[in-house]
Amino acid sequence: MPVVDTEKRTDKEFVEIENVTIRFAGDSGDGMQLTGTQFTNTSAILGNDISTLPDFPAEIRAPAGSLPGVSGFQVNFSSRDIRTPGDEPNVLVAMNPAALKVNLPDLEMGGILIINSDSFADLNLKKAGYERNPLEDGSLSAYRVISIPLTELNLNALKELGLGKKEADRCKNFFALGMMYWLYDRPLEPTLKWIQSKFQKNPLILEANIRALRAGYNYADTTELFTTHYRVRKANLAPGKYRNITGNEATALGFIAASQIAKRPLFYASYPITPASDILHELSRHKNFGIKTFQAEDEIAAITAAIGASFAGHLGLTGTSGPGVALKSEAIGLAVMTELPVVIANIQRGGPSTGLPTKTEQADLLQAMFGRNGECPAAIVAPATPADCFNMAFEAFRIATMFMTPVFYLSDGYLGNGSEPWKIPKSGELPRIEINFRTDPDGFHPYLRDEATLARPWAIPGTPGLEHRIGGLEKQHISGNVSYHPENHEFMVRLRAEKIARIANFIPEVEVFGKPEGKILVVSWGGTYGAVTSAVEIMQRRGKSVSSIHLRYLNPLPRNLGEVLSKFEKILVPELNLGQLQLLLRARYLVDAIGLNKVKGLPFKISEVVAKLEELV
Amino acid sequence: MSDNGHTKGKAAGLVDLKRQDFVTDQEVRWCPGCGDYSILAQTQKTLPDLKIPRENFVFVSGIGCSSRFPYYVNTYGFHSIHGRAPAVATGVKAARPELSVWVITGDGDALSIGGNHFMHAVRRNLDVNIVLFNNRIYGLTKGQYSPTSEFGKKTKSTPQGSIDYPINPLCIALANEATFVARSIDVDVKHLNAVLTQAAHHKGVSFVEVFQNCNIFNDGAFKHFTEREHREDRTINLEHGKPMIFGKDRNKGIRLNGLKLEVVTLGGSITEADLLVHDVHASEPNLAYMLARMDYPEFPVPVGVFRAVAKPTYDELMEAQVQDSISRMGPGNLEKLLNSGDTWVVE
Repeated sequence: MPVVDTEKRTDKEFVEIENVTIRFAGDSGDGMQLTGTQFTNTSAILGNDISTLPDFPAEIRAPAGSLPGVSGFQVNFSSRDIRTPGDEPNVLVAMNPAALKVNLPDLEMGGILIINSDSFADLNLKKAGYERNPLEDGSLSAYRVISIPLTELNLNALKELGLGKKEADRCKNFFALGMMYWLYDRPLEPTLKWIQSKFQKNPLILEANIRALRAGYNYADTTELFTTHYRVRKANLAPGKYRNITGNEATALGFIAASQIAKRPLFYASYPITPASDILHELSRHKNFGIKTFQAEDEIAAITAAIGASFAGHLGLTGTSGPGVALKSEAIGLAVMTELPVVIANIQRGGPSTGLPTKTEQADLLQAMFGRNGECPAAIVAPATPADCFNMAFEAFRIATMFMTPVFYLSDGYLGNGSEPWKIPKSGELPRIEINFRTDPDGFHPYLRDEATLARPWAIPGTPGLEHRIGGLEKQHISGNVSYHPENHEFMVRLRAEKIARIANFIPEVEVFGKPEGKILVVSWGGTYGAVTSAVEIMQRRGKSVSSIHLRYLNPLPRNLGEVLSKFEKILVPELNLGQLQLLLRARYLVDAIGLNKVKGLPFKISEVVAKLEELV
Repeated sequence: MSDNGHTKGKAAGLVDLKRQDFVTDQEVRWCPGCGDYSILAQTQKTLPDLKIPRENFVFVSGIGCSSRFPYYVNTYGFHSIHGRAPAVATGVKAARPELSVWVITGDGDALSIGGNHFMHAVRRNLDVNIVLFNNRIYGLTKGQYSPTSEFGKKTKSTPQGSIDYPINPLCIALANEATFVARSIDVDVKHLNAVLTQAAHHKGVSFVEVFQNCNIFNDGAFKHFTEREHREDRTINLEHGKPMIFGKDRNKGIRLNGLKLEVVTLGGSITEADLLVHDVHASEPNLAYMLARMDYPEFPVPVGVFRAVAKPTYDELMEAQVQDSISRMGPGNLEKLLNSGDTWVVE
């Protein structure tokens, strides 16, 4: 078996670089997501800052070799502090012609193009719509093409194992990964460890993957095709303990942490939907935290079961994406009327309708704000980065239980599937979540109000003397009895609105990145944080009067927002929708907010925001 | 009949409650003469006998006349949204298995808008009592036909007669392998009380269909077999371990002939030994399904308990998985969880 001996490596030149963006692309069955994830984890452990963008089709296996079947994984790793997966890949690994065709337009000019030449046969070229072989017609001359018979090399490396051709071929992604590890001077150990644990029960496949990985590494080391390899040093991250985490994992951990800190069991009810299902998978693995997960028969059952659990004193939670929220709307109204704490996690995707299930978008903000019958306010929070998902998931429950209200948690596919290093918080340093169930029957009424928060008491079944009835019909102030009285209805509508407005007294003020006044203020929310902040940083370095704020609380908005907005001549709101926050800001603050809008199922590039700012400044 | 010694939410100590303890201060707002009054009264009468502390009862309902029920029962109550009561109840019961959870629903609520939730609560064998008030009409919306209305029924929304074939609620419950299935009639208060009591004692999902007269929009819907003078001839009360005999003179019975049921008259060559003996514990629901399909005039309308079998419940299985995880992995440790996976330290 070929062994990597770090002492006896060939003497190829090392070049130090600051930042690299690689995109792995292949058929959806080629294991590109896994390859990318492994490369990411290894780079994170090595101490680089990282940011990732998985991009895959909604079909599990679209026809092999076809353009719709291409799956990609982009990873940006750096010795600097980075916030996005990178605008343009510096390196593209294309496992077949379709992957090349789909991804080449994004590769930077002069970028490295690593190609599996074995897959560039007539049939695959035809499926990808190439009339001539791009490896032979000079059309790739603007790039540094490294054409490798990867399929054959991989099969040769594994031939002694006696695996079937198909099974052996499935290891070729690890051959490619091994090459990339050599090229960017990464250790094999983290992936070897992963292979060991993953294929424990299948020693032959285990061995095959290890051999493929090592063979790829050694091939890159010895072949004349690579003359140089690169080093990306550790990033200068804040001191602390880190792990690499995806947004959806961080979301699940944030909810678990909220349950632990609140000392109330979490009840997660969900119907499988892309891209939210990972939260269900993750939470169902941690039942030893007293978590109950309920895979409901539909979206409506998921939210109503969560509401039932919340009525019974658990932390009721449901997770979904936009189409699921549409189905849950009536029940969210019920939670508003019954004033029960429930969190609705919406991992947004491209819409409307079924839309683009695996692509990202931020077009459900107004749905969360207004998508219900009647005057039906709910709180809204949104994480800024994959790691921030932990904080905001936690925050969603802090607000829900403190104010007895449904809270929307608006993540998106980009945040949920993307990953970055997460500075692990100390559990003892998390914010408090105080839950005090009402137990005293003396003077109890179900719709009594806390003076500061206007929250009603949480009186759970099993408490003697507090038997009461709630429901979707309008409630009489204090007594909670059904009331159709005109004055009472208006009073209650205003009271529910006031309760949500008061949350602003219990959330942080917004902080300005840059000078507190000037020409342009960029206002971002959700996953656009990285691209916007990086773009603003570039503008500031160019000496331009540009500042930014990022909103993690969308309803209510931070109490100092109006004042901050008033200090700038122009307000720019970049969003992955047609101007939803823009609309809210214009309505609320009467400011002439300008939109920068993109709805391509993809996040902003830094350069796109910079270009708009240059135009405005 | 079935009682596997289980009563949901039962307290260790003595609980001495009276019917009056389950009456709220809210004025009951059903139409005078509505069958709902009888079901409310019988439920309030049944509850004290269960010896469960009042605070451990939760009544969950959807939307419709019947769904106002929780406002009139002095326990914890949740008047939810249309059709979703079984799902709300799933959340309550799965979170807190020690509670006695009741779902109050109607034919439109459970079988039309909420058909999906009804079906899934039943097939999961969630340990709740589902009482379906079947009046074969939409009352609260003032008289449209319902999924249990007979074919051809003329209502405000079907002036030429309904072209929907009706659903049989018992068959839906049995098709989803309900572990307890029963039927009673609003006007037969003793029978209703007995059925509700058995339903409450059953561990697992208990489904009770109650024929309930809507005297405003569908008056007399069940009159042809519920009127005193016909009741014994036109209904049959299914009793566990007893031959299926009915009729004022107790001379008619149900016999299985090949794959079909038939009504026979006792006498001559036909004796009790030829009749079916009711077995609520039969593991296969097939015979219960055939019985549930019996209808007047070909057959007497069956009432009583059709099926009562034991099966682990959803809420206890869910709780068991939590306990199993704790014993395998130890109680959750947040610090450990946050620090799991590959970590590294930046100095």
